[in-house]
Amino acid sequence: MMTPGLDTPGAGNAPSRPVLHAEGLSKAYGPITVLSDVTLDIRAGEVHAIIGENGAGKSTLMKLLSGHAAPTGGTLAMAGETVAFADAVQAEDAGIVLVHQEILLAPDLTVAQNLFLGRELSRYFSVDDRRMNRRTAEVLARVGSTARPTSRVGDMPLAQRQLVQIARALLDDRKVIILDEPTAMLANDEVDALLEIVRNLRAQGVAVLYISHRLEEVEALADRATVLRDGKMIGTWPAQELDQRQMAELMVGRELSMLYPPKRGVSNADPALAVEDLSVDHGKIAGSFDVRPGEVLGIGGMIGAGRTELVEGLMGLRPAQAGSIMLNGREIRKPNVGTMMEAGLVYLTEDRKGKGLLLNEGLAANLTLQALDTVNPRLRLDRRRETGTVRRAVQEYDIRVRTLSVEAGQLSGGNQQKLLLAKVMLADPTVVIIDEPTRGIDIGNKSQIYSFIDDLVRAGKACVVISSELPELVGLSDRVLVMRGGRFVAELTGADITEQNIVYAAASSGTDTEGRKRA
Amino acid sequence: MSSAEIAAIPENEGFKIRWGDFAPFIALAVIILLGALINSNFMSANNILNVITRSAFIAIIGVGATFVIATGGLDLSIGSMMAFVVGIMIMAMNALAPSLGAWAIPAGAVVALVVGSLCGLLNGLIVTVGRIEPFIVTLGTMGIFRALITYMTDGGSLSIDRSLRTAYRPVYFGDFLGIPYPVIITLAIAALGAFILYRTKYGRRVTAVGSNADVARFSGVHVGRVRAMAFVIQGFCVAVAAICYVPRLGAATPTTGQLWELQVITAVVIGGTLLRGGKARVWGTVAGALILEVIANVMVLSDMVSEYLVAAVQGTIIIIAMLAHRFTGTR
Repeated sequence: MMTPGLDTPGAGNAPSRPVLHAEGLSKAYGPITVLSDVTLDIRAGEVHAIIGENGAGKSTLMKLLSGHAAPTGGTLAMAGETVAFADAVQAEDAGIVLVHQEILLAPDLTVAQNLFLGRELSRYFSVDDRRMNRRTAEVLARVGSTARPTSRVGDMPLAQRQLVQIARALLDDRKVIILDEPTAMLANDEVDALLEIVRNLRAQGVAVLYISHRLEEVEALADRATVLRDGKMIGTWPAQELDQRQMAELMVGRELSMLYPPKRGVSNADPALAVEDLSVDHGKIAGSFDVRPGEVLGIGGMIGAGRTELVEGLMGLRPAQAGSIMLNGREIRKPNVGTMMEAGLVYLTEDRKGKGLLLNEGLAANLTLQALDTVNPRLRLDRRRETGTVRRAVQEYDIRVRTLSVEAGQLSGGNQQKLLLAKVMLADPTVVIIDEPTRGIDIGNKSQIYSFIDDLVRAGKACVVISSELPELVGLSDRVLVMRGGRFVAELTGADITEQNIVYAAASSGTDTEGRKRA
Repeated sequence: MSSAEIAAIPENEGFKIRWGDFAPFIALAVIILLGALINSNFMSANNILNVITRSAFIAIIGVGATFVIATGGLDLSIGSMMAFVVGIMIMAMNALAPSLGAWAIPAGAVVALVVGSLCGLLNGLIVTVGRIEPFIVTLGTMGIFRALITYMTDGGSLSIDRSLRTAYRPVYFGDFLGIPYPVIITLAIAALGAFILYRTKYGRRVTAVGSNADVARFSGVHVGRVRAMAFVIQGFCVAVAAICYVPRLGAATPTTGQLWELQVITAVVIGGTLLRGGKARVWGTVAGALILEVIANVMVLSDMVSEYLVAAVQGTIIIIAMLAHRFTGTR
């Protein structure tokens, strides 16, 4: 691995003095340190990218810089003076604002009402809508949005809402704007527009802290890049000295290919699951696919392409019709989670916290919820058998817990994901559909989950992996189907499974906003 | 981790008292203590038994309400439903009395249990099949049941046949080894409720549905069935309360059971069950019902506060209980 030269103070192409300087910033929750000893400065008129894997500490760092959380070590200084923020409001008053990754806007209010929420302008005893609308129009123009101040936010597409959120951050003069994964929800052309807006901000002298794991954006945009890994700072480099591969290797800290088990190759067995003409959400999403024992079928596509919806339809969790569903030689006529489980198919949701686990319940209640009838053959709960089941799962899936009575919500993301995996595997399925198997978990747990999937498939089971992380899709799959706008548009096998091919299939042909979810 | 280490992981954090779970019982003890200090008559065996017996209705209905609330639902119709079931039961008993004699009582009781369960099923089906908020559904059925009992009593009262009174009387006024029957029935219902909720698969699913219905759905739990069943259990409990209630006054009137729904919900909530579902405390509900009745009794016995203010004190208690909940940090 080529090691690029570390950035020395004053070097790089933005020589202005720092507006915000962090020295030895650390954050610990109890005995667990999530961020240690981060030193960096952010200069006026630069785009400073923070890159790192999920769980590397990016969001923690953002929270510390924007007053959403207090550091347990280290100091912050603005223009040479030490500052400490009690909350986000104080940080905003000082000129630092965080634009959240999720859209945090009230859908039933207008753009102007959202922008001025909590700080409405008034005239005598009533709100001054005219003045607020005028100011809103100015700010919207600044971010290049064509939205009207009086539009209802809920009627706007996601990309427009993202711009409104940025506009809201710009309502007052800001010195530092922190953008947390601003393009996560956007389609390609929308991303380009957003990058242009960030460049404009930079030209206006604003310091932009840009968090993303889309390396091509970082390469195209950033002046400098700071790499975090496992809560530690790896270093800061002028962005022009790093290419995407170097960034990825710095983020991961090892050769990328080591992460994935060797592939098994295309299977010739009869399909374990064959789905024909499945139509979900009244035809908005439709497709046929099959998966064979001994293979990993990857399903790729942009967020909102309809992958999750298709599978939820298959499981009877959404309104759906199918030409035919054959599962282990059985025809399934009215699919629901229960009959699918009996016939050998389980689905592991992408929404671990919202749909996967009962966060306030213990391990046993979570683990046995789906296969409750298998673990407890009689009406009454068999506590001893449940405890035994939990102990076995904890060992088999390496779930790290202090006690067995710990609530699921207290586990780390990786352990939650392993608990969820253990939960669906308790039904002893032959086909497993895993939606975003490693979202939001650290690299160690990631490689464990990959090897679980590999073991599973080598044991003759079939596995479908839906993933938005291209390296994962490429690294795991023996075969890849790509979805766009609610339809399968490509099938890739063998050496054709590359990130470029998947992205090309997922995003080409202009109108890829068609199948997007408009929440 | 090795298997030896796994085996060494303790099942729980050792002996750790969760004060939040005991709060209703501690509160009950404190109120009883205050009662004893205020008026010496309070602790007389007679008075204590009286209070406990009177709390039986709210406690029995409360056990059912604990199920509904644990699934994230709410049943406002229980007071009216109780009056309706009482009315149907009296009519059934009166109609059967000439042919069956005293056997009309158990026959009428069976009718009551069936009608109560069906009333609950009606609520449950409208909520789950119709996908309407339980608050709205039971607000509607509350009006329906209340109107029906008013119609059945013709605005007056519907009394049980004279021939049945003597035989039926002990169900409320009688005792076994000194313990009044309503108390025994309450204990039995609560024990059964606790068993179902904490020891059966259905109970596990009730908690799962209440704490996150999506998780339950994605795990293959029939959320609608679990919810509807909770309403049926509620209806059954209402019928049990009705069976105990009739011998006390011997009649149904348009005001029978009026505002009981509020008392029941109060008892459930101060008992430690979460109103948004997911955490249920059956014995806490029984304690909650006792707290309400003891407060009323203490106020009647003392001259310090007018008994017209009983509801105000009960209202204050529920707010204090919730504040205590919040500040002890037990969710």
